[in-house]
Amino acid sequence: MSDIILKVENLSKQYRLGKIGTGTLSHDLNRWWHTVRGKEDPYLKVGEVNDRSSMSNNQYVWALKDINFEVQQGEVLGIIGKNGAGKSTLLKILSRVTSPTVGSVKAKGRIASLLEVGTGFHPEMTGRENIFLNGAILGMTKKEIASKLDEIIDFSGCKRYIDTPVKRYSSGMTVRLAFAVAAHLEPEILVVDEVLAVGDAEFQKKAIGKMQDISKTDGRTVLFVSHNMAAVKSLCTKGIVLEHGGITFSGTSDDAINYYLENSYKKSEIKLSERIDRKGNQKLSILNIFVKNKDEVVVGEMHSGEYYKLIFEYQKQKDIDPKQLTIVLQFKNENDELVTTIATDELGTKFSEVKEKGTIEVEIPRLQFREGRYSMQYMISEKLSFNTPHQVVDYLQDAFTLTVIRGDYWHSGVLNRPKGFIQEASIQLL
Amino acid sequence: MNKTKNEDWLFEISPKKSALEINFKELWHYRDLLMLFVKRDIVTFYKQTVLGPIWFIIQPLLTSVIQFIIFSKIANIPSDGVPYFLFVLAGNILWFYFSDCLKAVSETFTANQNIFGKVYFPRVIMPIKVVFSNLVKFSIQFSFFIIVLIYYINKGYDISPSLLILITPVLLIITAMLAMGVGMIISSLTVKYRDLNFVITFGISLFMYITPIVYPTSLVLEKINPKYHILVYLNPLTGILDFFKYAFLGSGSINLSYLLYSLFFGIVVLFLGVLFFNRTEKSFIDVI
Repeated sequence: MSDIILKVENLSKQYRLGKIGTGTLSHDLNRWWHTVRGKEDPYLKVGEVNDRSSMSNNQYVWALKDINFEVQQGEVLGIIGKNGAGKSTLLKILSRVTSPTVGSVKAKGRIASLLEVGTGFHPEMTGRENIFLNGAILGMTKKEIASKLDEIIDFSGCKRYIDTPVKRYSSGMTVRLAFAVAAHLEPEILVVDEVLAVGDAEFQKKAIGKMQDISKTDGRTVLFVSHNMAAVKSLCTKGIVLEHGGITFSGTSDDAINYYLENSYKKSEIKLSERIDRKGNQKLSILNIFVKNKDEVVVGEMHSGEYYKLIFEYQKQKDIDPKQLTIVLQFKNENDELVTTIATDELGTKFSEVKEKGTIEVEIPRLQFREGRYSMQYMISEKLSFNTPHQVVDYLQDAFTLTVIRGDYWHSGVLNRPKGFIQEASIQLL
Repeated sequence: MNKTKNEDWLFEISPKKSALEINFKELWHYRDLLMLFVKRDIVTFYKQTVLGPIWFIIQPLLTSVIQFIIFSKIANIPSDGVPYFLFVLAGNILWFYFSDCLKAVSETFTANQNIFGKVYFPRVIMPIKVVFSNLVKFSIQFSFFIIVLIYYINKGYDISPSLLILITPVLLIITAMLAMGVGMIISSLTVKYRDLNFVITFGISLFMYITPIVYPTSLVLEKINPKYHILVYLNPLTGILDFFKYAFLGSGSINLSYLLYSLFFGIVVLFLGVLFFNRTEKSFIDVI
């Protein structure tokens, strides 16, 4: 007998884009007319694959399409994917907030979901009253809550204020209290959204620890959705990657993370001029990015410690004042964490001329990245007057990938260790 | 597909759900939530007020005083021989129970979209909770009504409550069924067609005037052609109000068939309400 506790079969969900409310009546009538005649729903057929960055005239879109997976008892499944890949929709279906268009989810236990902490908190009621209400909303009975009340209060660290209305709490305290209730739920399956991104560092640690307890000691099943690769890595045993509403990878959590990160680098292999996910008024657009080494040769890989130039080819589309331009480059590591920023306003750089077509050259005298892959995003903005905010001219995420391989940064004859940033320092043994 | 081994799934999430199904076992599991919601409604109503629950009494009291001045003193509307104030107070408390329930139930989806969007519990808890928390409010108002009633009896007015007061719970149940049923239908429709929100607000105040609250049913029957008397009783609230007033004040006349009509109407409308509600709750969050 298998111990599969959750089974998702052919799960699909269709959404309608654009202005809901106009024309719904006509669609409703049309749909009704089709069903009366025993025909298939005409709008179920037209859905497209969920791709946020491409425009389409189709009004219906599949947020999820043919999702199939199984979760075993005691497994911690991480669900990762970009914004708009369908993670939230999947969570909403699993937590029964909305229902699927096609397919089914079968479960052998109570599912409790934490899409948000503190659902149903009422500011006028005391902490104690809110514990009971929130607990009951999450599916606990009064008896269960009463038996755990002391534990919950202790965990929240709000003992002193427990009989004070929640409206007098700081937002941090409210979140602590709310999470404390959620952490003491005892469902067979727990579905968690990125609620961990709240509270201070100490509390986050406590929260992650509690989640680990839930799965490891109590053998409960957890489905965890997050952008935080480090959290997924430390918590999850299995992982699935969602992309455009479908599962593109399923396996161990480490493999899933690697696959996901690989994939986001792939995006930057699309020709820059064909990218459609850029933002800004496009008075100036970057058409191409490449790297040259000290011999003015275009290279694909970079060595730590060497001299490089990042070349941005631009085209002017509309008149723009060069003096108002700011260029910011940001570099992220493989865990999607920001590593460093280069910004012209910090450097004090001012431009004097913008050509019809030209290049922006960023000189890096000595590359301080250790071995690894770094994703770069750029933002060009203009500040029209002293008291207006910056206006985005051209902004693109995952614009370029820097592949750095080990180099001899210190000219010591020894190659640098991988990962991270090289710090200028000297070490003495005294 | 592979239904070869009959696995004992606890529950299944799928697009189709039978439209009339109410999972009573699940509802029972959530009974504490229901009670906590009721408590929340009551407690938060008078938090940070000086008068507290007295506000529950002020509403029907002031309404009845104004109606007493306008309709009795100025417009000379009769009240079947009982003091007009008592007459209209009796009508008002029952009417407030109906209209408050109806208003709150019809806002079920719009008012709770935040909580419904984040967590699952049987949605039908919300309309039920409304009926119960308004029942608490009604009990307070009803006690006030009884005090006023005793006061008038002591002053020697000819008021004769009968044993029929024992059917008050039945009257309340029918009222609750009507309010819940209509409210559930409206709440389901407002999800897509917001226009109904505007209709309900002034619809309720209009409906009050075609319900015998500020005037006795006998007055209407007197003024219109007997052919149209049936129209008066088409309003399912007429039978309930007549019974209520007859039981406590001994005024007017009653006919069991009108009450049975109200009951029948209540059952049908509640049935339809559940039907609409179940259809809507599945995916309203995508539409709202």
